[in-house]
Amino acid sequence: MGELRLMKGNEVIAEAAIRVGVDGYFGYPITPQSEVLETLMARQPWEETGMVVLQAESEVAAINMVYGGASCGKKVMTSSSSPGMSLKMEGVTYLAGAELPCLLVNVVRGGPGLGTIQPAQSDYFQAVKGGGHGDYKLIVLAPNSVQEMHDFVGLGFDLSFKYLNPAMILTDGMIGQMMEKVELADFKPRWTEEEIVKMSGSWATTGKTADRDRNISTSLELQSEKQEVFNHKLQAKYESIQENEVRYEKFMCDDAEYLFVAYGSSSRICQKAVEIAREKGIKVGLLRPITLFPFPNKQINEMADQVKGILSVEMSAGQMVEDVKLAVNCRVPVEHYGRFGGMIPSPDEIVEALEQKIIGG
Amino acid sequence: MAKIKGAITVDTEGCKGCGLCVVACPTNVIGLAREVNGKGYNYAYMEQADKCIGCSSCGLVCPDSVITVYKVKMNA
Amino acid sequence: MDVKDIIKPENIAYKKTDVLTDNIMHYCPGCTHGVIHKTIAEVIEEMDIQDKTIGVSPVGCSVLAYNYLDIDWQQAAHGRAPALATAAKRLMPEKYVFTYQGDGDLASIGTAEIMHACNRGENIVVFFVNNAIYGMTGGQMAPTTLVGQKTSTSPYGRDVELNGHPLRITELIAQLPGTSYVTRQSAETPGAVRKLKKAVRKAFENTAQRKGTSFVEIVGTCASGWKLSPVKSNEWMKENMFPYYPLGVMKDE
Repeated sequence: MGELRLMKGNEVIAEAAIRVGVDGYFGYPITPQSEVLETLMARQPWEETGMVVLQAESEVAAINMVYGGASCGKKVMTSSSSPGMSLKMEGVTYLAGAELPCLLVNVVRGGPGLGTIQPAQSDYFQAVKGGGHGDYKLIVLAPNSVQEMHDFVGLGFDLSFKYLNPAMILTDGMIGQMMEKVELADFKPRWTEEEIVKMSGSWATTGKTADRDRNISTSLELQSEKQEVFNHKLQAKYESIQENEVRYEKFMCDDAEYLFVAYGSSSRICQKAVEIAREKGIKVGLLRPITLFPFPNKQINEMADQVKGILSVEMSAGQMVEDVKLAVNCRVPVEHYGRFGGMIPSPDEIVEALEQKIIGG
Repeated sequence: MAKIKGAITVDTEGCKGCGLCVVACPTNVIGLAREVNGKGYNYAYMEQADKCIGCSSCGLVCPDSVITVYKVKMNA
Repeated sequence: MDVKDIIKPENIAYKKTDVLTDNIMHYCPGCTHGVIHKTIAEVIEEMDIQDKTIGVSPVGCSVLAYNYLDIDWQQAAHGRAPALATAAKRLMPEKYVFTYQGDGDLASIGTAEIMHACNRGENIVVFFVNNAIYGMTGGQMAPTTLVGQKTSTSPYGRDVELNGHPLRITELIAQLPGTSYVTRQSAETPGAVRKLKKAVRKAFENTAQRKGTSFVEIVGTCASGWKLSPVKSNEWMKENMFPYYPLGVMKDE
């Protein structure tokens, strides 16, 4: 068993980054995620593993540092919260367009605009549907515990290098600020230059040696015919991710007549709501998407064979519910229940919404 | 006294006929051809070959790196 | 002696460096980018650092610089090249990393990135090509466009009331303690190209010695944007650009 510690979600992102051998972190302070940068600066991992940590002049600079580092075949990451993530979207679409691996962490707060510093899940569309311009997708992981915040740093990099695509941990201020017991991974050494050349030599800009053509990290292709072919290649990659990387969790679904679909913080509250509802005799289960892209369409569709109605519970005005509806394809009623602007729903509210919108609806 | 003789060759298909080499040449060796290359540019050529001293001025200012300069020392 | 006796491999005094590719540059006739590309390529060849050099290209005419210098390249979003270079150099400290940026890229949209990279003293080289106009998008006003200069977005000439003053950003950069070498050069004559080459070499050598940021501005022409011939453009540059953007070394520590 690995080392056990009581840690904040944001702190564990930093700790996990050091332990999985991240080469570079580039960040900018913003509430409620500043502990990621603070923890790294206090830990001084450059003394320990050689990891580079830099406070950039802006979120825009930070994401472009990620672009520069990722282009070198390095394991690089950034974290931010909603308004900062909006600023990063330019860089994110370039990273996706240049097919570069990296990890992004969005500790979501309520919006729009400067909004609030309290937790929300209202950046689902930005994370899952694009956010930046062009047809691209991010691999989006939604942790619902401090342990998963830790685990998804490693998983995010694994998937991101497997598919040469940016990955994002989409979490929120609640999980970022929450303290829980976490089992930490053992330290993995950072990749050596030889390992990087062996693994990513066909694209990483490590210096053009005589044995290969020059590597160019770019998202530019002025010939539309070629750009279309490239877009087809991207779409095929996204299909392959959809085919192979769906992750989800079911809670009390075996005999369920109704279903909650919820991710991240909302899924924890929904677990309690399931218990309360079952005490009242309502047989409800919970399906928790762990990957938001790829979305568990098939698994939700299968549940529509079994249940009479589905409630999508999100801390937003209704974003993921659109994907749940697409997955269900009108076979059973699908409704949304949400608190937003930094408000968090109580389990009782959720059960009441189930009774009113689905059972009584 | 050693006399220096030079000559240039121009990759005429790569030349865009900008004329910067013509101005840079201290001995007025280079002119632009009346004929055009495949892209329609009046390319540079050695108009007065005997005057070339192989100083490389044309090569240095050429934006398209189409000029190669040759130089020999001759003992008179 | 006959010309064909002179034109022999053993008599070559000057030829295109192998660090340049065989691609014909997309630049307009007479464009200064070509001369600057070549000069950087020659220095890379002379220092034998082709396998250790990473270029970061901008958005603008020189976005496609990666087609011409046979080294590894990263193509940055508009203005962000110094951020990419920061990460590349910090993650690969033994490499030579340079950015290549135009006036719109560096002195307008990328002002924050260049200021902070220079202020942190990143051990990178910055090549800043100032031709006082946006070339790629068709000749719009740049932050460095001169007062009274006509462009497609200042069709009656740059008006200070409307557009503010031409930005001497290199003078600002020279104030930053993070920079060790700041110079303004040009490339219109053989002598100027030779001086430029010395500056380029010094800049690369400085970064190897971890002296901080080396910043080389090159005042150049844009014949198409200025609507002049290449030769006339050089004359216009000398007459109008050099008085406002005086050449020379501003800092060498």
